Amino acid sequence: MKLSTIREILDATVLSGEEHLDREVLAACGSDFMSDVLAYVKDQALLLTGLVNPQVVRTAEMLDMKCIVFVRGKTPDESILKLAQARDIVVMRSPRRMYDACGLLYLNGLRGD
Amino acid sequence: MEPIKLTYHVEGGDLIGAGEASSKMKMALKKLDLPQETIRRAAICMYEGEINMVIHADGGRAEVEIAMDHITIRMIDSGPGIPDVDQAMEEGFSTAGEIARDLGFGAGMGLPNMKRYSDEMKIDTTLGVGTTVTMRFNL
Ligand SMILES: Nc1ncnc2c1ncn2[C@@H]1O[C@H](COP(=O)(O)OP(=O)(O)O)[C@@H](O)[C@H]1O
Ligand SMILES: [Mg+2]
Repeated sequence: MKLSTIREILDATVLSGEEHLDREVLAACGSDFMSDVLAYVKDQALLLTGLVNPQVVRTAEMLDMKCIVFVRGKTPDESILKLAQARDIVVMRSPRRMYDACGLLYLNGLRGD
Repeated sequence: MEPIKLTYHVEGGDLIGAGEASSKMKMALKKLDLPQETIRRAAICMYEGEINMVIHADGGRAEVEIAMDHITIRMIDSGPGIPDVDQAMEEGFSTAGEIARDLGFGAGMGLPNMKRYSDEMKIDTTLGVGTTVTMRFNL
């Protein structure tokens, strides 16, 4: 699924990496526990999370993820966005809650693995 | 080829900067044209080790060696040591406080993750002296 489609489905605002919305992700993962993300992720290139801090970007970086969606309208600060930009990771913000955001993507065919 | 040796400093208590060393190490490995899967495993392991150093041991250093057939990552700290290594290795066991949990860590998955993603892992620890976690990745 293209990042531009994900933006539409989640009614999301792109906070950084607007130029990369044609990128494809094949699977996604949603969690507020970074160690869980690190434990179970294989090739999920999209991370949905309600946690807002630099370690979210670090975790995505270690796993070669392409995009982070902050759910529940949470807004990362400038330092977090800079970190993501430097690593070429797209950042979006969605007003949807975690359960709904994951459900909507799943419904539209984006699976967990 | 001579093994390549890299050393990274990890600042204690720096919850914002934690991960910087692992990030640099990952970039260095990428330049060496190693298998992506191995780079990812090494990065995850070092990152969990780095987080542990920051939240449990007031920082330390990472020594990375890249040789023909393996990568070794040694996470060395002068922290409090681990009283019961078998217990620390259990999934879900954690002595981490609120601050670590706010970061998304402290779920007691770090050491098990490091074990799972490395080809070999060894913990040397002495109470009051420090801990060294050595991980090997075959190439
Ligand atoms: N470098 C270290 N120095 C001292 N204690 C450590 C260190 N690394 C891990 N530990 C101990 O082992 C426990 C389990 O570690 P880990 O599996 O990474 O889980 P977590 O970091 O989420 O608590 C920690 O809670 C801590 O008590
Ligand atoms: Mg840990």
